[in-house]
Formats: sequence, structure tokens, C-alpha cells
Amino acid sequence: MSTVKPNYSRPLDLKNGRVDMSHGSGGRAMAQLISELFASAFDNEYLAQGNDGALLPPANGRLVMATDSHVVSPLFFAGGDIGCLSVHGTINDVAVMGAKPLYLSASFILEEGYPLADLKRIVESMAKASREAGVPIVTGDTKVVEQGKGDGVFITTTGVGVVRDGVNLSGDLAQPGDKILLSGTIGDHGMAILSQREGLMFSAPIVSDTAALHGLVAAMIDSGVALRVLRDPTRGGLATTLNEIAKQSGVGMMLQESSIAVNQPVEAACEFLGLDPLYVANEGKLIAICAPQDAARLLEIMRAHPLANAAAIIGEVREDAHGFVQMTTKLGGRRVVDWLAGEQLPRIC
Amino acid sequence: MKYVDEFRDGDLAKNIAANLAREADPKRHYRLMEFCGGHTHAISRYGLADLLPAHVRMIHGPGCPVCVLPIGRVDQATRLAREQGVILCTYADTVRVPASDNLSLMRAKASGADVRMIYSTQDALKVARDNPGREVVFLAIGFETTTPPTAVAIQQAAAEGLKNFSILCDHVLTPAAMHAILAVEGGVSIDGFVGPAHVSTVIGSKPYEPFADDYGKPVVIAGFEPLDVMQAILMLVRQINEGRAAVENEFTRAVTREGNLKAQQLVTDVFELRDVFEWRGLGSVPKSALKLRPKYAAFDAELKFKVDYVAVPDNKACECAAILRGQKRPQECKIFGTVCTPENPVGSCMVSSEGACAAHYSYGRFRESAA
Repeated sequence: MSTVKPNYSRPLDLKNGRVDMSHGSGGRAMAQLISELFASAFDNEYLAQGNDGALLPPANGRLVMATDSHVVSPLFFAGGDIGCLSVHGTINDVAVMGAKPLYLSASFILEEGYPLADLKRIVESMAKASREAGVPIVTGDTKVVEQGKGDGVFITTTGVGVVRDGVNLSGDLAQPGDKILLSGTIGDHGMAILSQREGLMFSAPIVSDTAALHGLVAAMIDSGVALRVLRDPTRGGLATTLNEIAKQSGVGMMLQESSIAVNQPVEAACEFLGLDPLYVANEGKLIAICAPQDAARLLEIMRAHPLANAAAIIGEVREDAHGFVQMTTKLGGRRVVDWLAGEQLPRIC
Repeated sequence: MKYVDEFRDGDLAKNIAANLAREADPKRHYRLMEFCGGHTHAISRYGLADLLPAHVRMIHGPGCPVCVLPIGRVDQATRLAREQGVILCTYADTVRVPASDNLSLMRAKASGADVRMIYSTQDALKVARDNPGREVVFLAIGFETTTPPTAVAIQQAAAEGLKNFSILCDHVLTPAAMHAILAVEGGVSIDGFVGPAHVSTVIGSKPYEPFADDYGKPVVIAGFEPLDVMQAILMLVRQINEGRAAVENEFTRAVTREGNLKAQQLVTDVFELRDVFEWRGLGSVPKSALKLRPKYAAFDAELKFKVDYVAVPDNKACECAAILRGQKRPQECKIFGTVCTPENPVGSCMVSSEGACAAHYSYGRFRESAA
């Protein structure tokens, strides 16, 4: 009779259990957390290799790599949570380089005492977002920090994608005369987060726009329109992103305030708190810059996509040694749309 | 959005602009001061200067609470936070005001002081209730608009017997500042005032009457929306053309002659006049600020802690003082936009988006580049 006892360990208590220091120690508890929570949710052939890294097949084209850390507070918000946000955010960073996102990695920093049930919700949300996007999470890492040294869960994701020949997008390619397109309303994500923070509840629902944009980007690239710049206006909002592009390209811009759409609850909340939606974060929008003769066709393609049906041409690139991004206001006056000075909002992504 | 869009209508703005262009006398200059930072912000944010005739010029006044706070007052707060271990609560922009020793409340926070940004005095009370073992000090700044909420907090703290709550009182008075601007020897070249919006909802339009009656300066109280400002400018131009000086009220939907009597009563119960208060830009102005009445002395951080006010001169190159008095424009300051920017403000006018320098830097600096 064999003396080998079956290897039994009690399953993780995903209902009432909490993260403890052993979950990051490299021992059995960590192995159990990984296999019962992460591996089972993210399940794919690369993760199943069970090695320290994922061995991936050769890629067909130039590679793009992007990384993004997520420290949003609160972890759960209307329209999403840190889990799907961490998947969408990195997919979008890869996509706006003109790449097809292929793989993601995920690195978790967990705070001792964090409820496993909430962690499970986050992990399942990540898995769902990754499956829907068709971009698997192929490798990962978990660390645990003592109570008070983290804020529940921090997630860093890294994405790898491939760019096909002939596609060259970069923030330094905007030229005077180019048109600037925006895929939809601004400020939804940032105001969804802020409205949920303690003491700032609004009765009108503001829902985060968090979404993976690689499908939209693929449709735009496949159309054959010569895109010059794509970028997702996340932290710092539309204003900051346009200033980044203007600086990189050494150009100025002139926007039309009346063509920049803001959802009414977002506008109301911004009004109430004294914020400018131009500086509020988005997680499911992109800015496209293209030659003027291509703008109408690009707009049509964007509007045909569900994530950009409110797309609009919001302005144009112009020569300006000062690199000013300016705007004609609804009142008919002119103003600079400057970089965000300081911090407009607490942690939002 | 209802109740907002009506006051930001581009076509109506063009109508008012056309009236202004027709009625403003090309042979004269109109120098109008908008006292409030809220108006400065609206003018810059909506690019209203582009809608005005060239000879109607807006001068940005000192009505920005953060901007008129002298360095010594901010020093009191940083000292309390750093040396006395208190939780220091304040409204957002205040944390960026430059203080002595290259500090600000934000930098004090980064070096370990417990500084918290709050949205209302109720938040400060909550911090005090939640931290019974710690002293909580609220840096109470602002004109007559923010004073009643501070008064409410003091009354509540007294009623609750909250022992660990106190305020550094830097509440200041609008009419006193306007007197200080107009009382300059030799007179000032200001032809009229766009009067405060929110301040006037509290104090009413009556306190401005001496400026029309004694100084002969027209005052038009206006709301903070762009059409309010445009309409007020037109009303001022009309008064000036007719040789009149009266207090007129464009903001009738919120302001009466007597103001909010209940709020005034609250303030009178809790505060009394300081003999003198040092303003940034305006210097020491008698009877221009408030302090707690003796019956609320237990909530006065200046009595509770050892934080005497020490006057500190402004940076020599900084023109905030002249800008706050309406004597210089931001772009006439040598360090504007070079050494002094919203990221690294030297003077307080570069801190708040309501400050003349920050507003011009953030919204209007393309104008010089075009010149």
C-alpha cells in the first residue's frame, strides 16, 4: 500500500477570506492563489505553460510594447472597475500606436487584509475584458504589502502588439492644415470616478467610458485613410493630450468648442465642482489627426463604429512657433487651452 | 444644460457686443475693473476680450481669496502643520500658494505634514470628529461668500463641544478692499466696477453705494456667466456715457439691495472686525478683515497655538501688488511666464485660476504672441 497521501489543501475561501502576507511569500499559499484565482480566470495556453515567463510564437511585423499602472480609487465605479480598466488602458496604449494588441501581462500589488471576494470580482472582470478583446493575459506576478502600505489593489499591465508594414503613427507627425478628430464625448471616466467618491454623490448616473479601442483603430487603419497621429486622451484629458501632440510635432492647434461634445450629467457635475471637462480623464476615447482631404472619410468610418458614433472634427493643426493649442469659444472669443497645471482630480486610473 | 446655456448663448453675446461697438465712444477710453476673480475667470475662459471694442479695457481686480493672502498668513498655516502636528484643512488652491523657505502647504504635505484639501467646512468638522486625539485647524480664507459657512461651522463646533477644532481666520471684506483701491492718492484711472456676484448675494448691493456717491464710480453687480459680464459692461459704458455714477444690479436673479440677512446675522454673531489686516498688494488696510468674537476664542487657532503673524515681503521681482491694484497688467511683469508660471508660481496671482496672472497665462497669452 502506498504511503503517498493525496495532496489536499483546503480551497481558497473566496467568500470570507482575506489577502494575507503568505499570499505573496512565494510558498504554497501563493501558488494556490495563483492557480485557483488567476490561472483559472485568465486560462490560456501560454499561462498554462506554468513557467516564469510566457514563450510566444514569432510575430509578423514590428513590435509595440506599452505598460500602464492602475491605482484608481475607488476600485469599483459605475461602468467598470480596476480590473477591466487595467486591460482596456493598456490595449488602448498599444492600439493607438497602430498596432494589433496580441498579449498582456498583469502584475498585482495586493494589500494585506483585502477581501478575496472583491479580488475575485476584479480578476473576473479582467478575464472578461481580456476575452472580449481577444488579447490573453499570458504572464503575471503577485506581491503582497502590509496593511496600510497599499490601497487594496494596484495592477500593472503590459501589452505587446504588432504593427503591419506601411502603418506609421507618431505624435510628431501632425502637420499644419491637418484635421483633428475626436471619437466621442469627453470627461465621462473622470467624473464617474469623482462622483462616486465620498461625499460627492450625484443623483444623475455618470458612467465611465472604459472600453478597448483596438477594434475601432483596426477599422480606421483598414480603411486605408492616411492617419498621422492617434492617441487616447486619458489623464489630463483632451487638453493635455493635444498639448503633448502639439509639442511633439512643433505645431499649434485651433479647436472649436461647439464641436466638442460633453454628456449633460458630466457637464453638470463639472459645473458644480468647478472643473473643466477638457481636463477630465477618458478611458474609451481617441484623438485622430489626418490630412484634411481624408477627414470626411475618416469621420464616416469612425461614426460607423459603435464606440465612435458621436465622433466629430473638432479643429485643425496650424503653424505656431509658440505651440499654442487655442479654442474658439461658444461665445465667439478665443482662449488658450493650456496644459493642466497641478492636479485637477485625485487618482482616477 | 438648463439655467446655464441661457447665460452662455453665443448669439446673444454677439448682440451685446454689437451694442457695445455702437455705443462705446471711440474718442474715449473705458477702463473697467472686474473686482472678482470669478469674473476674471469668465472673461478669460470665454475669450470675452475678443468681443469688446479695443477702447474698452478690463482691469483685473483683487477679488481672488488666494491672491490677496500675504506670505505671512500662509506661513502661519505651514508652521502649524509642520511644527505643531495639527491636521490642517483648507480649500484646494490654497495649498499651492508660495510661502517662506520655498514652502507651500502642498510641499509641507510632501515633507510629512498632515494637510487635507476639503470642499466645505462640514468636511473639516468631520475630520475633527473622526480624529478626537488630534488638533484640526481649518485655514478659513475668502471674501463674504465663504464667511457664512465658516460661521456655521464655528456655531456647530460650539454646540457639539468639539474641543479639537479651530480656525486660522483670514476672512476679508470686499468693500474695504474697494475703498483701498480708490483711496490711492492722486486718484486711480478706473472708470467703473463690475461688482461681485456671489459676494453680493450675501452683502447685497447697498455696501457699494459709497463708491458711486462719494467716489463717482459706477458699479454694476453682475453674475459670473459670460452674458452677465457682457451685459454689465454695456451697462457701465452707458452710465459713463451719460455721466452717471450709480449702483446698478444686472444680477437681479440672485442679488437684492439688502442681501442675505440670515447669513449676515450669522457672521455678526461669530465674527468681529480686525483693527487692521495686511493684504497682499494692498498693504495694511484698516477694518478690512474678520476675527472670531471673544465668546468663540476657544476656536481661534491664533490664540490656541503659538503662531504669531510675521509680515514677509513679497519677492522683489513679483508685480502681484501692482497687478492686484490694477496698476499693471500681468504681461508687464518681468517674470511673468518665465520664472513665474502656474507650475512654479512666484506670486499668488499665478496660483488660482481666478488670479489675474494665471488667467492670462492659461487662457490669454496668445495675444502677445500675435502682437
